[in-house]
Amino acid sequence: MRKILVGIKRVVDYNVRVRVKPDGSGVATDGVKMSVNPFDEIALEEALRLKERGEAAEIVAVSVGPDDAQQQLRTALAMGADRAILVKVTESIEPYTAAQALLAVVRNEKPDIVILGKQAIDDDAAQTGPMLAALWDRPQATFCSKLEVKGGVATIVREVDAGLETIEVDLPCVISADLRLNEPRYVKLPDIMKAKKKPLDVTDLAALGVSIDRGLATVLTEAPKPRAKGVIVKDVGELVDALRKKGLVS
Amino acid sequence: MSKILIIAEHDGKHLSAAISRCVACARLVPGAEITVAVFGADPAPVAREAAALQGVNHVLTIADAKHAHPLSAVLAPLVVELSAGYSHVFGASTTFGKDLMPRVAALLGVPQISDAMSVESATRFKRPIYAGNAIITVEVAAGRKVVATVRTASFEAVPGGGNASIAAVSPTAATPAHTRFVALSAAANDRPDLQSAPRVVSGGRALGSKENFAIIFKLADKLGAAVGASRAAVDAGYAPNELQVGQTGKIIAPELYVAVGISGAIQHLTGIKDAKTIVAINKDGEAPIFEVADLGLVGDLFQILPELEEALTK
Ligand SMILES: Cc1cc2nc3c(=O)[nH]c(=O)nc-3n(C[C@H](O)[C@H](O)[C@H](O)COP(=O)(O)OP(=O)(O)OC[C@H]3O[C@@H](n4cnc5c(N)ncnc54)[C@H](O)[C@@H]3O)c2cc1C
Ligand SMILES: Nc1ncnc2c1ncn2[C@@H]1O[C@H](COP(=O)(O)O)[C@@H](O)[C@H]1O
Repeated sequence: MRKILVGIKRVVDYNVRVRVKPDGSGVATDGVKMSVNPFDEIALEEALRLKERGEAAEIVAVSVGPDDAQQQLRTALAMGADRAILVKVTESIEPYTAAQALLAVVRNEKPDIVILGKQAIDDDAAQTGPMLAALWDRPQATFCSKLEVKGGVATIVREVDAGLETIEVDLPCVISADLRLNEPRYVKLPDIMKAKKKPLDVTDLAALGVSIDRGLATVLTEAPKPRAKGVIVKDVGELVDALRKKGLVS
Repeated sequence: MSKILIIAEHDGKHLSAAISRCVACARLVPGAEITVAVFGADPAPVAREAAALQGVNHVLTIADAKHAHPLSAVLAPLVVELSAGYSHVFGASTTFGKDLMPRVAALLGVPQISDAMSVESATRFKRPIYAGNAIITVEVAAGRKVVATVRTASFEAVPGGGNASIAAVSPTAATPAHTRFVALSAAANDRPDLQSAPRVVSGGRALGSKENFAIIFKLADKLGAAVGASRAAVDAGYAPNELQVGQTGKIIAPELYVAVGISGAIQHLTGIKDAKTIVAINKDGEAPIFEVADLGLVGDLFQILPELEEALTK
């Protein structure tokens, strides 16, 4: 029976308006609400549905991050993951290192399907899925909005710029979840209690034989330039006049 | 000198406008010598368009029936082979580029830069994080290849009139059979392309139904504009997924952006920050969209849009 591995990244909650630290060293995260990356909730939900349909036996949630990422893994366990693994790292890492850490876990766990989010809403990189697939030398199906698994093959509908693309890949494979793949379930209180008893293993990069790649360094973090304040017009006539003055309509 | 390889994106007939903007970014790299690689079943017509872009020095064609529908798992090893001798490999920050470039970077054993929005030096670039709420400057370590996707909204397309050389090449790297193209359902339409159109009209949840959303198309037709949508409108099925604008949809930079019945969540705003003029029509005067709008009109869209259409006809 199939085993599914799901990536769970701890990120600043999507409702938080992040602030840049005045010294340019990064974004303020002290006391800020942290959550599971929204796309990873979608990834996990899809894994849970496969299991509920009898198409998967075990779901393992994996996070590469600080000790506190155990909170997000507990959330994943409460949603329904069977086990969790934290790969501890105290410094900030690029997706390339995250992909290497996930590869090491994949080598140990031998999943049939890895489902990640299409992007993490902190770095907005959208790299880890394709990187993991490349390092693992397996297929990738990014921006997935529909997934069907039969035997050793997965059929994936992808949200691409032109519309919807369907591809077919052999298992094992890496899939990245897009917004419309599903709507993740809410966690219920009894499930949070149950999740406390589920296994959560903690390891670290060194134990997995992975070192942090320093090939790309962030040297400065700045606030974006604000847009100039606009005006409120009183009616359609004023709006059209203003647009004509700017030469935007004839 | 910086030798830059750009992976072309096209629909089999025409080069994507995103690649012209990608060239514009590459030209800003000091000492850039630019090569565009065109994979395709019949890459010749696209190669001619690429060769005409100002700033492009060379065009490579890789003709193979298996590239009729490009698959990243197939292209990546070939791109890696072609990239020998290049200092930079660029793609556009489109779904095609986002799918391909990280796979290429990982095979090359380097980290990747997503959404490069400015060139500070041959190894230093700026890029947005947190839905554009912070901008970081990143530096690639000496001796590592620079692999990046280019945030096309940050660069103006380069003019034509160039005359680059075109050469056919045949990379020999083994390509996998584990990934297969099945179908592409692209909405056939003769409307302007959302990503490159100078004018865009977008509708949000307020439209209320797919039928109502037709008034967005009507206004767009009047303006010769492309149509966009918020995530809420796409999720609700009022508009197809390829029209989503925002952090996880398309990032656009039109001359004119008209947001109709869209509240202006940060995830939406990040997709339109580079629009020259933003017009917002919303019945809630407190909606965050008015914080970024150059021209705001508070009122009911179902009343305003017909009036607007009429005023534009006069
Ligand atoms: C991970 C993640 C990624 C996301 N990515 C994106 C993205 O890429 N793009 C995106 O757009 N969103 C994205 N979102 C969603 C975003 O947070 C908002 O939920 C969404 O943009 C809201 O869409 P909306 O403005 O159409 O709807 P609402 O927020 O519901 O706003 C509707 C607006 O219409 C106005 N209105 C109602 N009736 C009328 C009327 N008759 N006339 C005039 N005005 C009226 C209301 O005042 C309101 O301001 C993402 C969210 C998450 C969590
Ligand atoms: N540190 C991490 N731990 C677990 N999963 C991760 C991590 N980084 C990235 N991922 C996964 O990869 C996806 C894409 O992330 P990114 O490439 O950073 O945009 C995320 O949605 C996660 O599923």
